[in-house]
Parts: sequence; structure tokens; C-alpha cells
Amino acid sequence: MKVYGRANRDDQGGGIFIKCDGCRGTVLRKAVEERMQTCPECGFHFRITWQDRVRWHFDPDSFIETNAGLESADPLGFVADKSYRRKLWEDQRATGLRDAVATGSARIEGRTVAAAIMDFRFIGGSMGGVVGEKIARCVETAAGLGCPFISFAASGGARMQEGAFSLMQMVKTAAAVRRFQDGGGLYISVMTDPTTGGVLASFASLGDVIIAEPGALIRFAGARVIREAIKHDLPEGFQKSEDLLERGFLDAVVPRTALKKTIATAMSHLKGPAA
Amino acid sequence: MAERFAYPFEIPILDIVKEMDALRAECDAGRKDAQENLTALQTRLNDTARGIVASLDAYQRVQLARHPERPQALDFISRIVDDFIELHGDRRFADDKAVVCGLGTISGRRFAIVGQQKGRDTKERLMRNFGMVHPEGFRKALRVMLLAEKFGLPVLSLIDTKGAAADLEAEQRGEGFAIAESIAAMSVLRAPIIAVVIGEGCSGGALGMAVADRIGMFENAYYCVITPEGCAAILHHDIEKAPQAADAMKITARELAGMGVADEVIPEPPGGAHWNHAAAAESLREFVLRSHDALAAIPLDNLLSARAGRYRKLGAFLEGEAAESEALSRGTEFGNASSSAE
Repeated sequence: MKVYGRANRDDQGGGIFIKCDGCRGTVLRKAVEERMQTCPECGFHFRITWQDRVRWHFDPDSFIETNAGLESADPLGFVADKSYRRKLWEDQRATGLRDAVATGSARIEGRTVAAAIMDFRFIGGSMGGVVGEKIARCVETAAGLGCPFISFAASGGARMQEGAFSLMQMVKTAAAVRRFQDGGGLYISVMTDPTTGGVLASFASLGDVIIAEPGALIRFAGARVIREAIKHDLPEGFQKSEDLLERGFLDAVVPRTALKKTIATAMSHLKGPAA
Repeated sequence: MAERFAYPFEIPILDIVKEMDALRAECDAGRKDAQENLTALQTRLNDTARGIVASLDAYQRVQLARHPERPQALDFISRIVDDFIELHGDRRFADDKAVVCGLGTISGRRFAIVGQQKGRDTKERLMRNFGMVHPEGFRKALRVMLLAEKFGLPVLSLIDTKGAAADLEAEQRGEGFAIAESIAAMSVLRAPIIAVVIGEGCSGGALGMAVADRIGMFENAYYCVITPEGCAAILHHDIEKAPQAADAMKITARELAGMGVADEVIPEPPGGAHWNHAAAAESLREFVLRSHDALAAIPLDNLLSARAGRYRKLGAFLEGEAAESEALSRGTEFGNASSSAE
């Protein structure tokens, strides 16, 4: 049942040209779209919706969404500047999403995978009870099917409005992934802009293979907090994919247009006894 | 004697304590009637302190959890652990002094102990980075926990941090990765784990050492996803709203025990642990021994399934008819309001 009116918001207006957030240049919208929402001039990766990822990273019509009906509860009766229930309603209405992750099964170059795709538009892609539960179930589906688990992270971290329950989702997801891996399962984690806080510090950084999109913000603590702590400006490229690759935390930084191929190749090399 | 630190709401307690100090001096001077007055004052102190603590709001408990004289991990270790030997370093990068690790016995039971230590005076606080753990600290704790697993020792983890280290180096050395690894490893560690939030338990910094079979929280400790100040800054855009954020996030020991995030509230001496370290330590000992003996009776495989089951179940969501009806009722409630999502 769809009760949330509006479809995806197009953040970039409706004109022929759009402005690139990376090089500040004016580029043809069509050229950006043809390159999976990346800038034809500088390669900047725009944030995209989970539906775009389904379209671009999986075989056509292969994605079957599961657990789409899960809905956030309000376990604390949380109210800050506005009530959590109101915030949920607003973001559902603005995005057409029920929460910040879509999960399901799909095929990548013919091979079945269980996939979780986060969407930053919904309360900053934050992880509360729904995100934690759907990811755990998705990992369990992968274990059941004997297929790889692939996640596309895009998150501001744990969802404050669910308090300590949100923190516990870090354990729920990390434990699910660890058990799956201990049983021989392959987990490929894709970090997209941004992958932060409680999502980075749980399932996202536990991939057997970790791939990031170029220029993605990947961090535990916020730059504002760090700047306050160190009292001077942060180094160029700090907390970006390329820096993390250099420091040894990522297996590869791969442009969006090559992501599907790279995942498929990694999967074909890592066909283990569990496959 | 140096002036004791006290929050405004603690002043009535402090006044009685001062009176008692004066009377003690008179006792020492040999005045017989002073002893009787002292006993009466002790009763009055306990009643006053209990009354004050019982009526504290969430943020006042946060203040008690941060009290500069509150016992810290090493205070508890020195009072209840025998034959303690400290184990240093992560064998990879450094020895993070925000984490104290070691081996010892508590009332005859062997333990591997990991704890977050904030530091007492300025010098120690700087050395220990105020209990804010760097990646090497999580890796050091994990190294000692794996040692415990190998030798069949239970783990006692003492939690006291306002969050993981948030600086350049922590990020560059993979803070998020270290916490994730620790959480994942603890979730399958083949040893009983007892975690106790002794003061502050904030964010992944606390959770990275707090995945456990039994979780105790001191009466005035708090545990949450972010500091009340951090939550207020993000959701209220006003750090002064920290008390409201503390209340909204449900962070007190009693609330978390009700939510199943903690198993037990560990009682503190009247007025809070900082008034009587010895009594707080005995309270901790009692909880740890009881938890130890209960966990020791459970076969390890069962313990691990129970641990997995606990975390698998934690968290709230709606499904099926309940989800549809909540979505509809939100739509009815907010749908007609004039301000929209635009």
C-alpha cells in the first residue's frame, strides 16, 4: 500500500544543464545521467537513490525486494525539535521510502546475491531498528541461499531518535555478518558517499572485500568534532576514499560505472566451498 | 583538606559531610557525645542523599556519571582485583592508555579485565585521553580478550567513556574499522563476558568494548548512542538543550534495564559512588561474582547462542498489519497539518 504521495525528489532541478558539486562546472544533465550520475568533466560522483543502484548494479529486472513492509516504531516516544513520528512521516512523504535501506535478492552477471542498499535521503541514511533488522535478515538470506551478501552503505550513522536501541543495531548487523563469514559466506561491502559513524563502525567495514566509490566521505567522527578538537584545518582529502585506500583500509576505489563489473569479477574469483 | 567538588544539587549532602568532618575532629579530641551525634548525622546524610538521588533527572545523573571524584576503572581494580598484572599494547602500533587491560582474580575467580580509564588529575587525563579510546586501544582490549578465550578466562569489561577518540590520528588509523572488528569479535568470543558501565557509556566508543552476556549499569551511570550534548547540537541545534536530549534518549540505568539493553542496575552508596569508593567497589564485586557464577554454569555453546539471540532481538520495528496501521495513523495525524515536508 502506497500512502506517501510524492515520488523521488530530483535535487538538481529540471534544466538541460546542471552544476557539478565537484568541479563547479556546468555540465549537460544528459551526459551526467549517461555516466550513472557522475560528472563527465571531473568524475565527481553525485549521491544517487537506491532505485538507481538497482538499475545500474544488478541484471535487468532481477531485483526482488524483501521485507519492504518493515516500518520504524518509536520505542522511546522521542521528541526533539519535532517528534520522531513526524520526522518519519515527513521523510516517507518526501522520498517515497519506508526507511533508509532496501534489501532483496538480485543477480549480478547471472550470479545470485543478497543485497542491501541504503538511501541517504531518508533521515540521513541513519540506522535504527528497521535498517538493523533488514540487514540482519538479508545476511541470513544470503546464508540460506549460499550466495554472497553485498551492501551499499550510505549513512550518517546510528539513528539518535531510537537511542540505545540504535546502538544495538551495530551489534545485530556486525554479528550477523561475522557468523555468515565464519560459515564461509562472501561479503562485499561497497562504501558510498557518505559511510560514517555507526554504519562504518559495524557491518560496512567488515567486508571480505571493501570497495569505495571515488571521493566518498568515509569516517567515524564528524569533521566538525575533529576540527574543534585539533583547532586547525584538516588535511586535504581527509576521510575520503582515496586517503583510506592509501592508508590500507580499502581494497579498491572503483568508479560507479565499473562497480558492477568489479563486483562480478571479485565474486568469480572468490567462489568458495560456500558458493 | 582540599575543597570537595559538588554540583548544586549535592550541596545539602556536602553540608552534612562537612559537619561530620568537624565532629570527627571533636571525636579525635576525646569528646564522648560527639560520637553519638556522628551516628545521627550519618543517618541524616544517608536519608538526604538517597532523597536527592531518587529525584534526579536524566541530565543530573549524567553529571554524577561525570563527577570528577567518581571511582574509575583503576579505582575498582585496585579495590576488588587481587594479583593484578597489567598487560600493555596492541602488538601493532602502540599502548593506548585510555584502556587498561590485565589479568587478576576477584574473590578467587580468575578474570581477564579490560577497562576504560579517564584519568583523575589533569596530567593523567591527558595521558589517558580522557578515556577516549583510539583504534589501538580497541585492538589492545581485543588482544587480551582473545587471550582470555584461549585460556578459558571470563572477561570483565569496565565501560567509562564519553565516546571514542575523535581526532585526526584516530580516523587515520581506522577508528570505525577497529570498533567494528571489536564488536564482531566479541559477538562470537568463546568466553563469558561481563560488561559494567561504571560511569559514561557513549556511542561506539563504549559499545566497542561492551558486547556481553551480562551487562550491569551503576545506578548513576548512563549509556547512549551519542552524548546528550551531541544529540542536542544535531537535533536541537543548541547544545544548551542537552538536558532535554538526555531525557528524550532514555539513557539512565533504570530505563535501559527496562529496555533490555542492560540486565541489572548496580546500587551505589547514598548520594552516588563518589561519596564512598569502597562501598561502590563492593557493590561491583557482588554483581561480578554473581554474574560470573551464573555464566560459568552455562555450557559455552549455549552461552554463545544466548548472546547471539539477545542482540538479534534488540531493537524496535513494526511489521505487517501493525506497520500499515502505524503508517496510516501517522498520515492521519500529520497529513492535515499546514506545514509540510517541503
